[in-house]
Amino acid sequence: MVDTTIGAAGVIQPAEVKDVELYHPKSWVTKYVFCQDAKVIAIQYAITALGIGLVALVLSWLIRLQLAFPSSFSAIGPTDYLQFITMHGMIMVIYLLTALFLGGFGNYLIPLMVGARDMVFPYVNMLSYWVYLLAVLVLVASFFMPGGPTGAGWTLYPPQAILSGTPGQDWGIILMLASLILFIIGFTMGGLNYVVTVLQARTRGMTMMRLPLTVWGIFMATVLALLAFPALFVGCVMMLFDRILGTSFFMPAIVEMGQHLKYGGGSPLLFQHLFWFFGHPEVYIVALPAFGIVSDLISTHARKNIFGYRMMVWAIIVIGALSFLVWAHHMYVSGMNPYFGFYFATTTLVIAIPTAIKVYNWVLTLWRGDIHLTVPMLFALSFIVTFVNGGLTGLFLGNPVVDVPLSDTMFVVAHFHMVMGMAPIFVIFGAIYHWYPKVTGRMMNEALGQFHFWVSFLGAYAIYFPMHYLGLLGVPRRYFEMGDMAFIPQSATTLNIFITMAALTVGFAQMVFLFNLIWSLFWGKPAGSNPWRATTLEWQTPETPPGHGNWGKELPVVYRWAYDYSVPGAKEDFVPQNQPPTPRAA
Amino acid sequence: MSITLLLLAVIGAIAAWWLSQQRLMSKPWLEVGAIDDVRGTGASPVPAATVGLGVFLAVVVTLFALLISAYFMRMQTADWAQMPAPKLLWFNTGLLILSSVALQYAQVAARRGRMEDVAGGLVAGGLLALAFMAGQLLAWQQLNAEGYFLATNPANAFFYLLTGLHGLHLLGGLVALALTADKVWRGLEPGQVRLSVRLCAIYWHFLLALWIVLFTLLTPWVGDFATICRQLLT
Amino acid sequence: MTTAIILVLVALGSVLFHILSPWWWTPIASNWGYIDHTINLTFWITGFVFTAIILFTAYCVFRFRHQPGRQAIYNPENKRLEWWLTIGTAVGVGALLAPGLFVWDQFVTVPKGASEVEVIAQQWQWNFRLPGEDGRLGASDTRNVSSSNPLGLNPNDPNGRDDVVIEGDALHLPLGKPVKLLLRSIDVVHSFYVPEFRAKMDLVPGVVTYVWFTPTRTGTFETLCTELCGAAHYNMRAKVVVEEASEYQAWVRKQKTFAQLSARTRQAKGTQ
Repeated sequence: MVDTTIGAAGVIQPAEVKDVELYHPKSWVTKYVFCQDAKVIAIQYAITALGIGLVALVLSWLIRLQLAFPSSFSAIGPTDYLQFITMHGMIMVIYLLTALFLGGFGNYLIPLMVGARDMVFPYVNMLSYWVYLLAVLVLVASFFMPGGPTGAGWTLYPPQAILSGTPGQDWGIILMLASLILFIIGFTMGGLNYVVTVLQARTRGMTMMRLPLTVWGIFMATVLALLAFPALFVGCVMMLFDRILGTSFFMPAIVEMGQHLKYGGGSPLLFQHLFWFFGHPEVYIVALPAFGIVSDLISTHARKNIFGYRMMVWAIIVIGALSFLVWAHHMYVSGMNPYFGFYFATTTLVIAIPTAIKVYNWVLTLWRGDIHLTVPMLFALSFIVTFVNGGLTGLFLGNPVVDVPLSDTMFVVAHFHMVMGMAPIFVIFGAIYHWYPKVTGRMMNEALGQFHFWVSFLGAYAIYFPMHYLGLLGVPRRYFEMGDMAFIPQSATTLNIFITMAALTVGFAQMVFLFNLIWSLFWGKPAGSNPWRATTLEWQTPETPPGHGNWGKELPVVYRWAYDYSVPGAKEDFVPQNQPPTPRAA
Repeated sequence: MSITLLLLAVIGAIAAWWLSQQRLMSKPWLEVGAIDDVRGTGASPVPAATVGLGVFLAVVVTLFALLISAYFMRMQTADWAQMPAPKLLWFNTGLLILSSVALQYAQVAARRGRMEDVAGGLVAGGLLALAFMAGQLLAWQQLNAEGYFLATNPANAFFYLLTGLHGLHLLGGLVALALTADKVWRGLEPGQVRLSVRLCAIYWHFLLALWIVLFTLLTPWVGDFATICRQLLT
Repeated sequence: MTTAIILVLVALGSVLFHILSPWWWTPIASNWGYIDHTINLTFWITGFVFTAIILFTAYCVFRFRHQPGRQAIYNPENKRLEWWLTIGTAVGVGALLAPGLFVWDQFVTVPKGASEVEVIAQQWQWNFRLPGEDGRLGASDTRNVSSSNPLGLNPNDPNGRDDVVIEGDALHLPLGKPVKLLLRSIDVVHSFYVPEFRAKMDLVPGVVTYVWFTPTRTGTFETLCTELCGAAHYNMRAKVVVEEASEYQAWVRKQKTFAQLSARTRQAKGTQ
């Protein structure tokens, strides 16, 4: 049991002291495989997510090769191409980004940062990972079924998704939907943990307004995910009914290749509403943890408190709330009632205001700081560049008339890769370089890290910035090849070749990263407990890596907010959250 | 989607109320607390499991709100043909009410420390819930026998989907109930089972309320009512 | 130092790329010049913000890089600055939104007197239908589709008998006349897009959607499908020919009506 003697009279005890019985693994299996320790679960999540992410990375190379050298690869046909883009998109958005930010970073950082010993429901937390793994395996299985994985696009729009004109109609789509349903069930188990741990298991003195922004970001993203994933769940279940049981939820009367199908009366737009009711919050499910983490990276490595902490918290809350009111901006040209456009355009552009405030505050944190250009800091800077770029192109697409010519072109592809592809992934990299010493006790190799950063950042920018202009030209997305269209000049192909070269180079840099990840595990410089001299609680653990129960005998007590860097008059340029104030002269 | 947004607004209002307790306007950098003036964390004294159940119920509410939104959107198309609700559903509703009552009884007994009554209440509640599920399956069978197949009409499809999902949630509840009953069986103290019994009871009442909402929606008069409303609006 | 320079190069390089890019939108051929103006306005505002933020970041990275003895200032917030930035952003967003909504209103409001043309998509082909001499399109339903009636017209609707049916061939439009496209699909969701017209709208099976524009330039333009519709999505094209009224009339006279087409299939069946 937890030692509760530290409480002074009149102080409310944190609820977790009574509720959580510490989990003690007894064997190797319960310590590393069926483990209930959030830190181990986090690593399991991270490895699985990175593993499946590698598949998506390889798929992206195949996509790029096809686009640069159309009809040079006999192995890539139009149906293969659609399967590649579908699986690439779905894996990246759901199985990599969502799982890594919430299952990976959430599990590792929440208990440590709020000063808890573990998640509040460790057993459910463990189940969450295993259900997630099952979802990933079902997804992978679809590659090996007859007909291959689905090629319906990651948006899975019916009727196309379940008809025979789309590859993977036999098994691919069924396994895709089943895998998503499993993922959502698994995520809900984990999500309950993240939310309730933040609500109930904060240590003494850790008020909500003393939480690091990382925790705020992950917390809010989890709330969004818990409320948004049911929409995808409903859509998937209903589409499975349509596909397997022959109902007509989304299926109108259809003549497919001259055959009348037995569907009738259903509404394809109903699915689109459900999908985007999940899909737009999903953008923020990925973005909010990135916002939070990057705030902490910038603050720590600029040795300066985050500028406008309160505004940052309010902005996270406002963005979270607004993200449920903007979904149909993905549907301006979907054929829905066009007058909805006025409402959704307004809410969409309004959400730009709190987002812009966050950007200003990151940049203003740099102002008059003491900027250490470490690898995490560099990745934070690259996040600012890609996020500002992608956020601003969002203002194009959120405005219905501008969206009309640009929607479903390469402009959209470039936009979302910049804003919810590159930006969050750079934060993930920065976060891995930042917290790797805590997880393993060793620093990652700096030189390899610098190389990884510069190639990834400049390469990714070279991929996606020019891609916008293909979209302006009118090149549609999800095209196997551009073909000989009168309005597309030959130079567009040259540009595609350039983009592909950049993509392959960036891909190579990721191999260097993986090498660094493994190499440093054995030969990295020993890190000590707090190599970045950071204030937040996870750096103040008695052991590094933190042991089971995180905190040794006594839970830490928090005396200050998470950003006491360069406090005037302090001995060092950081004051840990659990450092008691020096007694005032009476 | 308006129904979903309405329910999300309710959840949002609860969240806003909670946030308003968190002193969001405070300036944390000015509040360096000495040990004596460290405030409580603001974590509520409610047990974590209860909060967890509350959050889970919010997720379930959203799930069904979305289904009901979809139900109303799909209802507006021309091919909608409401099917009659079997009389059996009234009987099943009665079973579910009794099941809820039994669990309420178990909860009260747990609070007073009468473990035998707790066991009785749990077993009665579980059996009644099983009977409800059997009744639902029987209702499905009746409908099938009368030719109201799943794929015949979207109204039928929604009926099977909604009742099925409700049943699955009840099934999950039965697992929790079995675990709780097992605790009682092993002779744990009232203090150790009180929370579990309470959570089971809350979940049961929730599922009962959800069933009543679904039942109301699935009976034919709702379709007529919706038609009338739409005519009044247009 | 290097980092700051590279950030400056990224910002300036982006601006240069934008100015020098040979990849730009196609010359417009419809009345939607307003859309181009709105995009240009958006480029100006967002381009300014992007350059300003990145250059400021680069300056900070250069000026406040770690050096021995440097200490960061302790500056939790600056209410006034934050409010000014918020207001400035709100103004910028308003400047984008207001013209956008104004043009959107025009985009969704079809002018009176626009002639109707129906576009019917299927995997993976475009079909068109003109209202014929009576100026009215006959009723249609996907359930009527058959090999002799590929567009699913209602054979009992007298309005449909003189409708001109164009199956898998180019659509001709008269120059300078507003046209309202009624969009319909018989299988999956497609999207009608002619880059030169700027206009785009999905074709959703089960409902009829619309989009309108006025062709302002003669020529032959390519119609693309821009909503993923299956394996041959990338190859689903058609031509739209914009021509003077006289040529257009001559073309229309050469086309077959629904009545003619069904009579022909009936004959063909009879001779078998």
